[in-house]
Amino acid sequence: MTPLISPWLPAEAGGGVPVLPVEAAGTFWWLWLIIALPALGATLLLLGGRLTNPWGHLLGTAMSAGSFGVALVMFVALLGRSEEERQVRQQLWTWLDVGDYTVDMSLLFDPLSAVFVLLITGVGTLIHIYSIGYMAHDERRGRFFAYLNLFVVAMLVLVLADDYLAVFLGWEGVGLASYLLIGFWAHKQSAAVAAKKAFVVNRVGDVGMSLAVMTMVATFSTSSFVGVSAGMPEASSGTSTALGLLLLLAACGKSAQVPLQSWLLDAMEGPTPVSALIHAATMVTAGVYLIVRSNYVYAETPVAQVAVMAVGLVTLLFGAVIGCAKDDIKKALAGSTMSQIGYMTLAAGIGPAGYAFAIFHLLTHGFFKANMFLGAGSVMHAMDDDVDMRHYGALSRAMPITFLTFAAGYLAIIGFPGFAGFWSKDKIIEAAFAEGWVFGVGALLGAGVTAFYMTRVMLMTFISKKRWRSGVHPHESPSVMTVPLVVLGALSAVGGVLLLGGWITGWLEPVTGPEGEHELFVSPFILTSLVTLVVLAGVVVAWLVFGRGELAGTAPQRVSWVTRAARNDLYGDAFNEAVFMRPGQHLVRGLVYLDDTIIDGVVNGVAALVGGSSGQVRRAQTGFVRSYALTMLGGALVAVLATLAVTLA
Amino acid sequence: MNPGAYITLSALLFSIGAVGVLVRRNAIVVFMSVELMLNACNLALVTFAKQTGDLSGQVAAFFVMVVAAAEVVVGLAIIMSIFRTRRSASVDDASLLKY
Repeated sequence: MTPLISPWLPAEAGGGVPVLPVEAAGTFWWLWLIIALPALGATLLLLGGRLTNPWGHLLGTAMSAGSFGVALVMFVALLGRSEEERQVRQQLWTWLDVGDYTVDMSLLFDPLSAVFVLLITGVGTLIHIYSIGYMAHDERRGRFFAYLNLFVVAMLVLVLADDYLAVFLGWEGVGLASYLLIGFWAHKQSAAVAAKKAFVVNRVGDVGMSLAVMTMVATFSTSSFVGVSAGMPEASSGTSTALGLLLLLAACGKSAQVPLQSWLLDAMEGPTPVSALIHAATMVTAGVYLIVRSNYVYAETPVAQVAVMAVGLVTLLFGAVIGCAKDDIKKALAGSTMSQIGYMTLAAGIGPAGYAFAIFHLLTHGFFKANMFLGAGSVMHAMDDDVDMRHYGALSRAMPITFLTFAAGYLAIIGFPGFAGFWSKDKIIEAAFAEGWVFGVGALLGAGVTAFYMTRVMLMTFISKKRWRSGVHPHESPSVMTVPLVVLGALSAVGGVLLLGGWITGWLEPVTGPEGEHELFVSPFILTSLVTLVVLAGVVVAWLVFGRGELAGTAPQRVSWVTRAARNDLYGDAFNEAVFMRPGQHLVRGLVYLDDTIIDGVVNGVAALVGGSSGQVRRAQTGFVRSYALTMLGGALVAVLATLAVTLA
Repeated sequence: MNPGAYITLSALLFSIGAVGVLVRRNAIVVFMSVELMLNACNLALVTFAKQTGDLSGQVAAFFVMVVAAAEVVVGLAIIMSIFRTRRSASVDDASLLKY
């Protein structure tokens, strides 16, 4: 093995332990199996086509579960190592070798990718199990599991790769899987359009990612984590800022952050397990992963850091406001997802003081949001695939398990003391206050709004009076669906234990650097109480508005402009249409006109000129032999005279 | 010998033939004029061969004669068939193959 010099932390960023990735040996030799198992499942299911329908779901679930098993073993093995050896690298093969630019296809298993692998395979397996019940009546169930496995493969490549180009491979892979799964019911026009929209908006972010990789190759002649982290301290400030902003653009696209947020709400057209796995727990957090992974880039560029924080802050309020007005249960949860990822982005922008909390919130969010999406799927299952919360109400008795697990997720997301979200969100708000008043107050406000809209969802779905449409008979879902709910519900409740004794910050320290000190203007206890009070206020307001009295069975039309704006996704689509789509359309029309008139005009003009002149020249062919003979004689004379002129001259 | 006289005769015969091809309408006469031009060329070839003492000119003349004979066979056949169908041996009448 070539000796790797890997200063994961720039020396001036606070020391820390410079960790060298060690070659995978022993238990870690099986690292490739984590990706290979779901890859095998996806290949078999895709090649098998309809033949796999009777048993495809079992194969897909088994492969995902097997991958989780291997990941768990790896994680325990990693736990058993000393902190200096907690970066394991397995070289698979050399992917590209062009001149002095080499890309290795190798896997990096370190504390950061380890928690991601566990989240992806763990939550992924639960969602596979849930899907067995949810997709039971779908005639393309085998294909659905093939796509799910494909997604797991791509996501694992994304988090295990140790080179930005290989990350890009997984990055595009999850985009493809997301596209295929959003449009899984492509016979619905809305699903097909939503899939295309997600794909197109993601391309904008991918431009940022590919430009970032190109910048790295141009600057450092390498795109590996090791090479880039080693080169960053010497890079010019312009390069660092460009890299930071380009990576932020990439993260915005994948994580549905403002201004590339518009695709996520439409992505809810996909089957609900897809929304839970891809558009809540894992894929949309890839942007946060990218930023945390690239901490050595952001350490060099305060400008990009502020941009990351600003994007996070705007998105967390943006998503929360949208979540308040949606009657579609999945869209309300999607707005909430945007908002929660905004929290993570905000934390990631704060720097070493926030990275660990971003990942911590990402994990707890993965638990409680997947739990709530699956709960929403369970409710939809019971209500004949109706997603309108105004047609729900009083479901707590009809579906007690769904209700209880959903309630666990609810308490976690609003930050009820003791539940997972309480610990993670509280830490982010604390770090935000230490960073600046604006960020702190924004995050605090977001927590209040979160409490409001989640209480609204809770009241409209489970508590208030029944508003069921006729012919709907809600019933609890089969146990294949409720067991994953119970597991995720339990994790939502107790996920906070990861913070015990500062475990998560210590665990991630080899990657993100030491947490660093931050000064708070008040004691953390007072701040926590303040957060809890704001949350309580949100809950009470929601109860006052939605908990008492009758709720309309259809959405009221006479509403304030705020509600109207939120119902229209705060005019995100209108903005895109007015600023990008229409001018683009005009530009294209202009170019088409230019093409039709000028380019085609020149080409057609030349052709017409040749055609016309040849029409005239053709007249010389009179058919009279004697005129031909005269022409020949003339020609011969000219030739002779020319020869004479040349010889005599 | 004085090649000047031969060459002058050759040029004269060629010019007569060329003018005949250009001005006469009857296909047979045009044909005869072509033969005249060919033979004018033969005369020039033989003259130059004699002058330079090189046999290739003489050989070329023989080739021209062979070609002329073959040409007469084909040409006369064409003229005959045109005359049979159109009752005319005028070259200007056979002008259908044009733009």
